[in-house]
Amino acid sequence: MIKSIRITPMLYIIFLMLPLYWLLTMALKTNTEILSGFSLWPKEPTLANFKTILTDASWYSGYINSTIYVVLNTIISISVALPAAYAFSRYRFMGDKHLFFWLLSNRMAPPAVFVLPFFQLYSSIGLFDTHIAVALAHCLFNVPLAVWILEGFMSGVPKEIDETAQIDGYSFGSFFVRIFMPLIGSGIGVAAFFCFMFSWVELLIARTLTSVDAKPIAAVMTRTVSASGLDWGVLAAAGVLTIVPGAIVIWFVRNHIAKGFALGRV
Amino acid sequence: MQRKVNQKAWFLVLPVFLLVAFSAVIPLMTVVNYSVQDSFGNNEFFWVGSEWFVEILNSDRFHDALGRQLLFSGIILAIEIPLGIWVALSMPRRGWGASVCLVLMALPLLIPWNVVGTIWQIFARADIGLLGHTLAAMGIDYNYTQSSLSAWITVIVMDVWHWTSLVVLLCYAGLCSIPDAYYQAAKIDGASRWAVFRYIQLPKMQRVLLIAVLLRFMDSFMIYTEPFVVTGGGPGNATTFLSIDLVKMAIGQFDLGPAAAFSLVYFLIVLLLSWVFYTVMTARDGAEA
Amino acid sequence: MAAIHLKNVAHSYIESPKSQADFALKQLDHVWEDGGAYALLGPSGCGKTTLLNIISGLLKPSEGCVLFGEEDVTETDTSQRNIAQVFQFPVIYDTMTVRENLAFPLRNRGVPVKEIIKRVDEVAGMLGLGDQLDNRASGLSADMKQIISLGRGLVRSDVNAILFDEPLTVIDPHMKWVLRTKLKELHRQFGFTMVYVTHDQTEALTFADKVVVMHDGEVVQIGTPEELFAKPAHTFVGYFIGSPGMNVLPAKVDGNDAVIDTMTIKLTQSYGALSGDVEIGIRPEFLKLVPADKSDIHVHINSIEDVGRHKIARCQLGEQTLAVVVPENEHVPIGTMGIKFDPAHTHVYQNSRLIEGVS
Repeated sequence: MIKSIRITPMLYIIFLMLPLYWLLTMALKTNTEILSGFSLWPKEPTLANFKTILTDASWYSGYINSTIYVVLNTIISISVALPAAYAFSRYRFMGDKHLFFWLLSNRMAPPAVFVLPFFQLYSSIGLFDTHIAVALAHCLFNVPLAVWILEGFMSGVPKEIDETAQIDGYSFGSFFVRIFMPLIGSGIGVAAFFCFMFSWVELLIARTLTSVDAKPIAAVMTRTVSASGLDWGVLAAAGVLTIVPGAIVIWFVRNHIAKGFALGRV
Repeated sequence: MQRKVNQKAWFLVLPVFLLVAFSAVIPLMTVVNYSVQDSFGNNEFFWVGSEWFVEILNSDRFHDALGRQLLFSGIILAIEIPLGIWVALSMPRRGWGASVCLVLMALPLLIPWNVVGTIWQIFARADIGLLGHTLAAMGIDYNYTQSSLSAWITVIVMDVWHWTSLVVLLCYAGLCSIPDAYYQAAKIDGASRWAVFRYIQLPKMQRVLLIAVLLRFMDSFMIYTEPFVVTGGGPGNATTFLSIDLVKMAIGQFDLGPAAAFSLVYFLIVLLLSWVFYTVMTARDGAEA
Repeated sequence: MAAIHLKNVAHSYIESPKSQADFALKQLDHVWEDGGAYALLGPSGCGKTTLLNIISGLLKPSEGCVLFGEEDVTETDTSQRNIAQVFQFPVIYDTMTVRENLAFPLRNRGVPVKEIIKRVDEVAGMLGLGDQLDNRASGLSADMKQIISLGRGLVRSDVNAILFDEPLTVIDPHMKWVLRTKLKELHRQFGFTMVYVTHDQTEALTFADKVVVMHDGEVVQIGTPEELFAKPAHTFVGYFIGSPGMNVLPAKVDGNDAVIDTMTIKLTQSYGALSGDVEIGIRPEFLKLVPADKSDIHVHINSIEDVGRHKIARCQLGEQTLAVVVPENEHVPIGTMGIKFDPAHTHVYQNSRLIEGVS
């Protein structure tokens, strides 16, 4: 009986893995092999495509740029969201509900709407084509999300902890950093994971705000697509390499993933 | 939890407020500004009032894109939500099997969106793609660059591939929160598999399903990158969804006024429809409470 | 209705158990008489719930079989056994009204609508749920929810036994008493077999005609509350039941004498020379403090606790500590006193089990 039940997830996973398998085989084939005929697996596996990417600055700098703005964004989002989430979970204040819904409504704004104004805004203050510009722009949807997730986790921490710490003579700052933050450690991890994820996968805004110096890997790839003679092998290898950071991050948070996806609110 | 009234809490919220105001309010004001003005270049603007809004709301181009978008989001929700629930129900609840399933299923969610497009492009092309080649070998006429139907199927299957896991993971989290005693009580009460689903699992998943429906609706309604990479909005305008059309208008043709009006209408539609989903799904809950 | 016979039943959650320690429930053979009120008493993790789930069929025992009367039901599905079970945390179907909740087990079994309406009204009347029937079940208090889960068991006219798995854990203290009284009432009225799992001795002793005490996956004694008190069959029963529990002292037993350190206590029976871990057990109620010159055995009083009905003196006897119940009106000074053991209630245990001597 157990075996028959597991068929659905297995079929589903096969469906998920097939395109990824194909991407990987492409990355291991030479361009001639790709174009000369159809084969289910690489006849002469080669790492040449990966080598191209890792030695050509126009390719690998894309990864470095992406990593820089993703990490910047994660740090900014979490550090401003922490105090705000604490305020929402512990206090009532003027306009708190409106503010919370306004924050969340930003998650519903189509990024396409912001493309042009972002371009103008960051150009006018001289931040165009910098990592910080992309990091700030991604805060648009990551900060509300981080506040929401953290608020969910913080509400699960009994208020008595705050009061006890106060009686024990902790200042607010040292209480927050030394007692409260460790308590919601998994919440911070989950929030950081989501910030990382949404910043890493986004292309439209990142591409609009950069041209050369901070160009993300995703944009480097689109350039290759529009070039005349398509180098499928290198493109596939670049694709494989963009999946790697995600896979590593998932592996680390795999035990919190289900709870995290329910945003700590199940 | 009872929360204390404390106006000083505003200081804690201030950084978020300033940051989001900077990255959301200023750009939105620019958009509003453009939407009511026209320009003849040289930074000369003059007031046109609601003209652009009237133009957008009456244009066939906008209606077509909106229609395609609604159809797309509808199909996506109709496939991904039931499929996600079904997969989550049949997943192992504990042990290494569960971990493996979670990690593999979460993988598509962390792939940059344009790479998702690239993956499907490579996978579906008739000359080099596994799917395209197989279908061609079976004699099925499939070519997403020429046939609108093929293009739609490709875009939808791609989205199912990309996002169903989100629904699965949310539902799985909901299912894991049900204590064993419920299943045991249901056994003793002689409940059928269907009754267990209908009266135990579905009610317990309601909250996460609300999140799932909202997220999937919003994100599918704003979809840009994946179809853009695969089909570029074509063939013709067959897969030109709202975001693709908007970017074309704003960056490609630089029609600032209409694009700005388009943006605001678009944003309002997303807000309105999200609100409708939210109200409908929680009202049912309220009526039963 | 029939007696429930657990025939050489044992259970392990590990697939191929290697030693006795791998068994969550060690082999046991016991008949639950028809219409009896049993309590299953023991600390958390002693295998009570495992035993209960084997009876209801939620678990299939790794060894042995379950008989209802003469019929072997080991392989029978839970829903086919005539068993109802109430769980630790109230299980109700959130989206249904109280009426639908009560009707649910009958609807699943395809009982005709008319019959369902009749049964539900009957049970609701019995449990005092009459005016709640059309309310949503999710909004009710924990004790009402627990009554509804009980009601779902009672509506089935074919029910043979009702099992309770620590049903009062989440109930307010003052409601616990009300619910327990209600259960006793229902038991008298309908004569179902009831098995009640708890780790609370008061609950067990007030509810049951017979108490089954479990320890470490093993049934250590089955008896009436009186028997458990007067003659604990295992040192565990001795100190788990009673407040404070039985004093258990390592001793050397030879013939009619028990020797603790250097002091000798006379026993009513003769045991020969015992080997292994030998202990004597005596309840604090059967120890008596006397002035130092009235006894050969002396103790040092460490402290006195006044619990209202009586006092408890904590004493030092050589290396051992003893609890002694002292009547409320008797004054006990801190210091050295004599102590007397009631020989009739001084039991001898070998490897933790009670052994009988010859008189």
